[in-house]
Amino acid sequence: MVAAVSGQPVARGMRESLLHPLVSMDPSCNTWDMYGNDFAPADASDGDLLGQVEAAEAALRAAADRGRGGTAAPDADPEAYFADVIDADQKIEPRDWMPEAYRRTLIRQIAQHAHSEIIGMQPEGNWISRAPSLKRKAILLAKVQDEAGHGLYLYAAAETLGVSRDELVDLLISGRQKYSSIFNYPTLTWADVGAIGWLVDGAAIVNQVPLCRCSYGPYARAMIRVCKEESFHQRQGYEILHTLAHGTPAQRAMAQDAVDRWWYPSLAMFGPPDGDSTHSAQSMAWKIKRFSNDELRQRFVDMCVQQAEALNLALPDPGLRWNPERQAYDFTQPDYDELMRVISGDGPCNRQRMEHRRRAHAEGAWVREAAAAYAAKRAGRKEKVAA
Amino acid sequence: MNEPTGQRGGREPAPLWEVFVRARRGLSHTHVGSLHAPDAELALHHARDLYTRRQEGVSIWVVPAGAITASSPDEKDAFFDPAADKVYRHPTFYEVPDGVAHL
Ligand SMILES: [Fe+2]
Ligand SMILES: [Fe+2]
Repeated sequence: MVAAVSGQPVARGMRESLLHPLVSMDPSCNTWDMYGNDFAPADASDGDLLGQVEAAEAALRAAADRGRGGTAAPDADPEAYFADVIDADQKIEPRDWMPEAYRRTLIRQIAQHAHSEIIGMQPEGNWISRAPSLKRKAILLAKVQDEAGHGLYLYAAAETLGVSRDELVDLLISGRQKYSSIFNYPTLTWADVGAIGWLVDGAAIVNQVPLCRCSYGPYARAMIRVCKEESFHQRQGYEILHTLAHGTPAQRAMAQDAVDRWWYPSLAMFGPPDGDSTHSAQSMAWKIKRFSNDELRQRFVDMCVQQAEALNLALPDPGLRWNPERQAYDFTQPDYDELMRVISGDGPCNRQRMEHRRRAHAEGAWVREAAAAYAAKRAGRKEKVAA
Repeated sequence: MNEPTGQRGGREPAPLWEVFVRARRGLSHTHVGSLHAPDAELALHHARDLYTRRQEGVSIWVVPAGAITASSPDEKDAFFDPAADKVYRHPTFYEVPDGVAHL
């Protein structure tokens, strides 16, 4: 049941009333962060991606072996018990008591993360039929299929919180929940597929690795699985750009143009600057999130500078320079007004992405119905044989 | 509790299946996640596509989620505590006289 992918030329973003009063642009909406984040400062950004994911997995096992430190009995005071479990860096599991707001925050965050994976298939799916070689086509197919898988892992994790798959699908299709703003930008050239793998998957990784340590067990485990698959996504994109950047002048120009267009939208993926982000305190207390938007954005910039040098491509920021005092790069912030416009429905491709998702869902109805009818027929036959 | 649904159609959703994968010969099947599918055969196919795209397994079980009966976390203590005071089930409970080997 992998969703169909395809793409069309850019549609001018006519404003669409995707906003529902329930999930209107309130700053606590999780699309304001990428999807929320969390991780222990101790094992922060050192080590490669897979090393960090393995560390998170080891920490999860170690915490499970250690057991809970607190003293509250689960039946005596559920709230104290919940706090104990979080304090001890243990995982909350689906059938544990949890504050209603914790449940709602997680449902919204995991759902919007899942929607992002599903919608995220479209910009790259646009190029599957036009990949320049069979090898690139096979790789891109596998990558886009992975994104479908990520969406499904995440929907399954959200369902453990008591929301149904049909509700989740409907929240996306009716526009009442959002997905990451980045997928509302068009993929104009083949080099965009490279830029997405390098920058968009790269930014997603910076955000997702901390989520491997999220306090909610099913989400943390889904993230571990997702992150293990991500490093190939980033590398295949980087390789595409590297190949183009060392090709003909026209190929090089195409690669540079893609980086120019995707750089700032990728920086905006981390959400508004910390000063405008009001929702973090509670998520941090619950260990759903531990790093601020700006901290993660900085980490991403610092990571990319050297990688861009190796590509021999420029990052389109004249203000980019090493700051020895901060031991980090100074850089120009993305246009947050643009981010707001794109989130609220006015990006270049919002309308097209939603229309495509709705159409794919509607056109897949007969497959779901046929599968259900076939299952019912076979169940009937089995009963007859058994009788 | 949940976000409101505003669901249309109201067709029965496909049943939920829990997926268990045996990573290699000699290891037990381990729960890896869940998925929706109308019947067992399709559930198995989807599980193959979703959970073993990188040769993560040599065998898959799919189990209807509804067929699983779980112990309740609320009764965790009453349910499991009876084992807590039976330390004599562990070999470390017993004192072995000095000098005794192979025990
Ligand atoms: Fe993904
Ligand atoms: Fe990815």
